[in-house]
Amino acid sequence: MMNYDKHYEVVIVGGGPAGLAAAYSACRNGARKVLIIERDREVGGILNQCVHNGFGLHYFKEELTGPEYAGRFADMVKGTRADIMVDTMVLEITPEKIVKCASQQYGYQAIKADAIVLCMGCRERTRGAIEIPGDRSSGILTAGTAQRYVNIEGYMPGKKVVILGSGDIGLIMARRMTLEGAKVLAVVELCPYSNGLNRNIVQCLNDYNIPLYLSHTITNIIGKTRVEKVVISEVDGFTPIPGTEIEFECDTVLLSVGLIPENEISIRAGVDIDGRTRGAYVYENMQTSVEGIFASGNVVHVHDLVDFVTGESIRAGAAAAEYALGKRVGGRVINVVTKPGVNYTVPQKIRPDNIEKNVEIFFRTNKVRGNSVIRVKSDGNEIAKFKREHMAPGEMEKISIPKVLLDRCGDSLEISVEDAES
Amino acid sequence: MKELICIVCPKGCHLKVDEENGYSVTGNACPRGAEYGKKELTAPTRVITSTVKVRGAIYSRCPVKTAAPIPKGLIFAAMELLNDVELQAPVRVGDIVIEDICGTGIPFVAARDL
Amino acid sequence: MYDVLIIGAGIVGSAVAYELSKYQLSVGILEKYNDVANGATKANSAILHAGFDPLPETQMARLNTLGLKLAKDICEKLDVEYRPCPSFVLAFAEEEMETVHKLYERGIANGVNVKILTGDEVRELEPEISKEVVGALYSEDSAIVDPWGYAIAMAEVAVTNGVVLHRENKVRAIKKKGDIFRVSTNRDVYEARYIINAAGASAPKINSMVGDTTLVPRNLSGQYYVMDKSEGKRVNSVIFCCPNKNGKGVLVAPTVHGNLIVGPDAFEVTDSESVATDAVTLPELKQKGLKSVPGINFREIIHEYAGVRPNTQFDEFYIKELETCPHFIALAGIKSPGLTAAPAIAMEAIKLLKKAGLVMNKKVNYVNSRRVVRFRNMNDEQRRTLIARNPLYGRIICRCESVTEGEIVDAINRPIVPFSIDAVKRRCNTGMGRCQGGFCGPRVHEILARELGMSPVDILMDENKTYILTGRTKEGKKK
Repeated sequence: MMNYDKHYEVVIVGGGPAGLAAAYSACRNGARKVLIIERDREVGGILNQCVHNGFGLHYFKEELTGPEYAGRFADMVKGTRADIMVDTMVLEITPEKIVKCASQQYGYQAIKADAIVLCMGCRERTRGAIEIPGDRSSGILTAGTAQRYVNIEGYMPGKKVVILGSGDIGLIMARRMTLEGAKVLAVVELCPYSNGLNRNIVQCLNDYNIPLYLSHTITNIIGKTRVEKVVISEVDGFTPIPGTEIEFECDTVLLSVGLIPENEISIRAGVDIDGRTRGAYVYENMQTSVEGIFASGNVVHVHDLVDFVTGESIRAGAAAAEYALGKRVGGRVINVVTKPGVNYTVPQKIRPDNIEKNVEIFFRTNKVRGNSVIRVKSDGNEIAKFKREHMAPGEMEKISIPKVLLDRCGDSLEISVEDAES
Repeated sequence: MKELICIVCPKGCHLKVDEENGYSVTGNACPRGAEYGKKELTAPTRVITSTVKVRGAIYSRCPVKTAAPIPKGLIFAAMELLNDVELQAPVRVGDIVIEDICGTGIPFVAARDL
Repeated sequence: MYDVLIIGAGIVGSAVAYELSKYQLSVGILEKYNDVANGATKANSAILHAGFDPLPETQMARLNTLGLKLAKDICEKLDVEYRPCPSFVLAFAEEEMETVHKLYERGIANGVNVKILTGDEVRELEPEISKEVVGALYSEDSAIVDPWGYAIAMAEVAVTNGVVLHRENKVRAIKKKGDIFRVSTNRDVYEARYIINAAGASAPKINSMVGDTTLVPRNLSGQYYVMDKSEGKRVNSVIFCCPNKNGKGVLVAPTVHGNLIVGPDAFEVTDSESVATDAVTLPELKQKGLKSVPGINFREIIHEYAGVRPNTQFDEFYIKELETCPHFIALAGIKSPGLTAAPAIAMEAIKLLKKAGLVMNKKVNYVNSRRVVRFRNMNDEQRRTLIARNPLYGRIICRCESVTEGEIVDAINRPIVPFSIDAVKRRCNTGMGRCQGGFCGPRVHEILARELGMSPVDILMDENKTYILTGRTKEGKKK
């Protein structure tokens, strides 16, 4: 038996929106000893640097900025009995649920947990990961890092900016840099469609006349010391088309080219990872493949809206509390299978015995679509269908399947999307 | 007929606004979309978020927002006002940072405790 | 006035400085960048070669095998990350087995432990190697090393023992008056009785400043992929292909930091500072890497880099006192296996200095050790004790590499102060992981500014002019 310093019923790794909601929910569902471990100086996570508004419409029914949303949840958690260790980094979780962490204030600790909720969020893809060729200049950073410099530290990372990727952070930073006096010359997107929310195209780019180059990518960065010039080219699929080069004289390149769930700790704990989401395989209650280890938020799959992170985390926190208090879930397991038009689903596994009324399944489609039909089948028989007027990979979809239907279906649930016949 | 993407919420409804028939809106999923469609073509407004300097806090900048949407044309004038502000911690969410943005009567307020 | 002035603080210059600092001499180093180890030393294959490649009875063969022996001892004394790591040279067809046999003969002649393996024997040792491989040369004499850490360690110990490092000093002209060299840089003029040219890819240019125009630069750029630690255990040895005229071909190798590298290609560059990557060559590396190790998951790429190998028209290194300019010692054309040979090249330089008349007496109180705290390599108990001793080691700054604030502060307080984010990275590994400094960059930035008493706006990414920030927000327009 391994030694440990402390014991908690539920330990939550990460105090961002997912961790705060999970902690709140764990306390509300009967857990008495709950701990949040947060690596930063305060809870709230990336929301603290997202000073723009648009958060909370689903959960709080009003439009909040990131810090306001984080603040509300921090206050809600303060009203519970949850303990919080800030400025503390979790280094390892053992399969026996010993959480090892380090901190200047608390030293090196091993904390035994009955249940764990993984809420580590995600990281940004980098220049290295997407292999942008060219000089190794300074002035190339991820949009999120730039956002931290501007909004938290109060520094400008550049004056003339080209942004690669039209994910939401890229769009938000295009506006933010413009408001702070920088010139954003272009937002360049490899796909033929934007990966950000439509509202952000309107209010971040169109409002400020920032051009969006769809089906383009950066093919060279020039600048021995600092970025001096960026070359973009049109692409055919993913291949740059010679002769379509456009040059921009700029000093900064911001990258908003995707987010990757941070699961290195999860993997060491023995959690199985879905190659499609790069997050854990989860059941309907957000439990991972390791019993008693749950996960929620961007560490499971990258969300567009924090409200959905909250919803998912409330389920995870409740399930973790129930597990810690002795509840065990068994019974039949239905595998959710992705069929054409569907890139992934969360959850990937459903246990009907653990569903009260219905189960929500989140997924993303593979391309921009007009009128579409989402079909849910089991063993080839359609059990439900849902209509959508508009679908896009940048917008997470949600369907809700009643328990009565689950009880009737076999061991797999196949989800597909197709264009509706007009 | 003008086509717009609604920015009221992240859903991003594709609106059609009929300018010749009293700015009647179709394609909206909620009443706020109808309101937005009309307003966007007659008197567009935006909520502006930014930061101001703050002393005595863990960070040197404090996030702020306009308490209500302000006319689009005033965005840069509003930003300019923020350059001259320096808050002293402690700051409470909702504290008034600038009372009246360019005669609109709308204030800039702090968006977090710091 | 220095007894010896070394031009260049890469692996060779640092090794020479380290060796010279053992003697009662005044020694200076001129480095054009703002940090040591900033040229080829920071961008190569990070391999200490077994020594089966150089032609027998050449200087290169001798320096390779001697350097390999010396490196092990130096890395241990100076706490440099080093790991023995076997190497394979793969043959994909019978005609390539001829090359393997040739290398085997060379290896034997050079005193290297080498074996020839069949394809099945190869895969038994390294199951990820391609089924197409029919045989290979195998040696357990090779190792992998942290190449910049190695140079930094030697340079630091040299400075500890009295060597003076002048950074941001790019040599512009060298004049000799009587027995005294006057070396002009962009900043100052330095005098010395002896000069060591260890300027890497710029060495031919430095030689030409004293009238020796023998060398024709044939610098070769090579690009590499760095893969995440999730691929770091794909192979446990250095996997070479059969060499061709452009070098040792594309290799697959683990690094001491736990990553996997794939590279390099080789093409001649005229600009010795050209470290750009390009979209044509890089994908070719993938094909070549996959040929040797088909299982490499290229979705796990975290970084690309390019390095310039200092090459000349000669197959051999160019190590000599210039006949036309006595007391000027050229250590030029130090291509592969230069990293391996470096400490042996330094011994060679000492010999040449003695021969040229420099009187050398050993110091009495010489410091020949160095210890570095590496939190990531510690077990639970060591970590607990360390943090209890100094809580700053409890504050993790770089989460991908588990680097603590204590280690960063240590690095800043060592004899060669790092002045940039990348200089800290080369000393502590911050930002070397999968997020590439996305999270820790601003935090290292803050610590560096705080410890150096500088404004964050003046902190650089790497060399001069690689500024990161352009100013503060909310400064407003002056009314």
